[in-house]
Amino acid sequence: MKICSLDDLSKIRNDRRSLNSRINGRSIEDRIEILVGLATCGISSGAKETQLAFENEIKEKNFKNISVIPVGCIGNCYSEPTVQINVPGQSPVIYGRVHVQDVPEIIEKHIRDGIPVDRLALTNPVDNKQMRIALRHCGLINPEDIFEYLACDGYEALGCAVTQMSPEFIIDEVKKSGLRGRGGGGFPTGVKWEITRAQPGERKYIICNADEGDPGAFMDRSILEGDPHCVLEAMAIGGYALGADQGIIYIRAEYPLAVSRLNTAISQARKLGLLGPNIFGSNFNFDIRIKYGAGAFVCGEETALINSCEGKRGEPNFKPPYPAQKGYWGYPTCVNNVETFANIAPIITKGSSWFASIGTEKSKGTKVFALAGKINNVGLAEVPMGITLRELIYEIGGGIRDGHKFKAIQTGGPSGGVISEEYLDTPIDYDNLIEIGSMMGSGGMIVMDETDNMVNIAKFYLEFSMDESCGRCTPCRIGTKRMYEIINKITSGKGTMADLNSLKQLTYMVRDSSLCGLGQSAPNPVISTMKHFMSEYLAFIPDPRAKLKFNVNKHSRKSKKAD
Amino acid sequence: MTKPQAIKAAEDRDQPLPEEYFDELEKFIIDMGDTQGALIEILHKAQCIFGYLPRDVQLFIARKLGIPAAEVFGVVSFYSYFTTEPRGRHTISVCMGTACFVRGSDQIIERFKEKLNIESNQITEDGNFTLKDVRCIGACGLSPIVMVDNKVYPRVEEENLDNIIKTYSSEGL
Repeated sequence: MKICSLDDLSKIRNDRRSLNSRINGRSIEDRIEILVGLATCGISSGAKETQLAFENEIKEKNFKNISVIPVGCIGNCYSEPTVQINVPGQSPVIYGRVHVQDVPEIIEKHIRDGIPVDRLALTNPVDNKQMRIALRHCGLINPEDIFEYLACDGYEALGCAVTQMSPEFIIDEVKKSGLRGRGGGGFPTGVKWEITRAQPGERKYIICNADEGDPGAFMDRSILEGDPHCVLEAMAIGGYALGADQGIIYIRAEYPLAVSRLNTAISQARKLGLLGPNIFGSNFNFDIRIKYGAGAFVCGEETALINSCEGKRGEPNFKPPYPAQKGYWGYPTCVNNVETFANIAPIITKGSSWFASIGTEKSKGTKVFALAGKINNVGLAEVPMGITLRELIYEIGGGIRDGHKFKAIQTGGPSGGVISEEYLDTPIDYDNLIEIGSMMGSGGMIVMDETDNMVNIAKFYLEFSMDESCGRCTPCRIGTKRMYEIINKITSGKGTMADLNSLKQLTYMVRDSSLCGLGQSAPNPVISTMKHFMSEYLAFIPDPRAKLKFNVNKHSRKSKKAD
Repeated sequence: MTKPQAIKAAEDRDQPLPEEYFDELEKFIIDMGDTQGALIEILHKAQCIFGYLPRDVQLFIARKLGIPAAEVFGVVSFYSYFTTEPRGRHTISVCMGTACFVRGSDQIIERFKEKLNIESNQITEDGNFTLKDVRCIGACGLSPIVMVDNKVYPRVEEENLDNIIKTYSSEGL
């Protein structure tokens, strides 16, 4: 069976209308649904066993009208395995840390008697602050069943796009929506598409950057594991808009589950004719392949990523020419991040003005943040741009673990910086974060408490950047190494004030002269920790005061002479 | 990334690599048809078959694709996923992502080093374990994470390490 028109699509959707109500937070009349979060985090905490226990228990007790549905990440990573139970006429209840031994209790109390098990229920004040666009289906649909995606308006945007809209109109809509690249750069997506479209030549490529290398960021993995079709659909829309008939997903080899779900999704979409020739009966052809990374952080940079797609060493190239002009095998190529793609379909179906009404003046829409580190509710949160860090940490994140005190939050991974307490009330958007010395990055946020030493954190990130430097340009290859050596000397208690000075000088040198984003941003953790937590650097220097005095004296002697 | 990896030609000759592995790899390359840009994919497959990428395998791939062996080695040495050294029967991977780091993964890998008496990326004397420090595997909610082969151990504490090692030591014997 192939879907050849929008009518075919709505027919399938009507057959499965029941599912649509699940997305809207209701359950179907007489059917109880048990959703088990089966993303990587869930599975490693034993969610598969929990799922099996539910199925066995239901069979044993001979319950009818109950379905157990495997879904993606529900978002409460701190409490895996997570289970959501939808009983008709009641609001859904989410349970955390549901292990095999808890299953009979939930079945007996909640499903048979209709009384939720308070002991395991998560009381989340989170949801009123959250707004799910990119994660709209994560944790609600079975990612390995295309019909579940179709039932909740899946591929509707693609159908409308190729049958009713011109490529120019789509690009204009994406531009007007104000969507900016969610990989961290923040470049307007519509403009990127427009530039690629404007290039001469028939052959163009669209690439999905799923090389999520930032330590502490896992939103792309969650989207791919929980809702792979939304990325495929958006890539097809992008391909139609910019004139590409081939898409490539470049994904880390470290994400085996996401890879397998993507492969399943691609073959299901092909079977229904949603990928392949003549999509929706139009003359638009589009297909997607997967290319695997092999463990190189720098491959998140788009020119390096393209080199890696070509089977070469993933070293970045000098820009210009930009990939939009000369990319994969020399053809115009557009590279967008997973989360960026996840926002496309809603923009097409709901319109650019709806999207543009969310967020701040310069950063529209929502952003998924991965909260991790010393925070109570580790997990994913999708919030409108402009929310403050304080709201994110204390209201959604549930505050600092074990009653400790907040010290700093690190955003943007190894490319970002730390943000200290005085900036907690800054509204989060691309520009504000850069202004306070960090960056959005891919959205990983690591919270640190007073037991963390900031010099060690800077050293940790420097070691990462040094290891991951591809070695192509000298400032990054040698600069990160020297910075690491100096900071290592400082933390081992042998540093001097002169070392601090050279470290500072080096940071600016590496930042200003490196070839690609990795080198340019590698010193950021050092720069920002030096700015906010200089006292911790000084604490490592044996007797800093004497040396400081010495320098001051020397300086004043000189100035006296000059007088 | 750019860690130099010495190629040990002599060691390879001591233990000849199974012929059928090469056949399997050759079949994979032939089935692929167009091999333009497929080097990384082929290396993934080769590592999957052989467990690692010794010199002979790299040369074999270079000949099959008609490219210089230096190009193959250039790619192998660039990506941390590829290894030119044989692995132990079990690989213990300690996640060194930031979330795990702030929850003490640096201490955990140090304890592993002491207990197994090896450095990271080395293999134990009995060939049972390889210890690796890996980049963020994206399960930050469960930090600190230790992965043995494909099994994830969430929220590992120093007291758990002996148990983890024991589980896999007895299995290996």
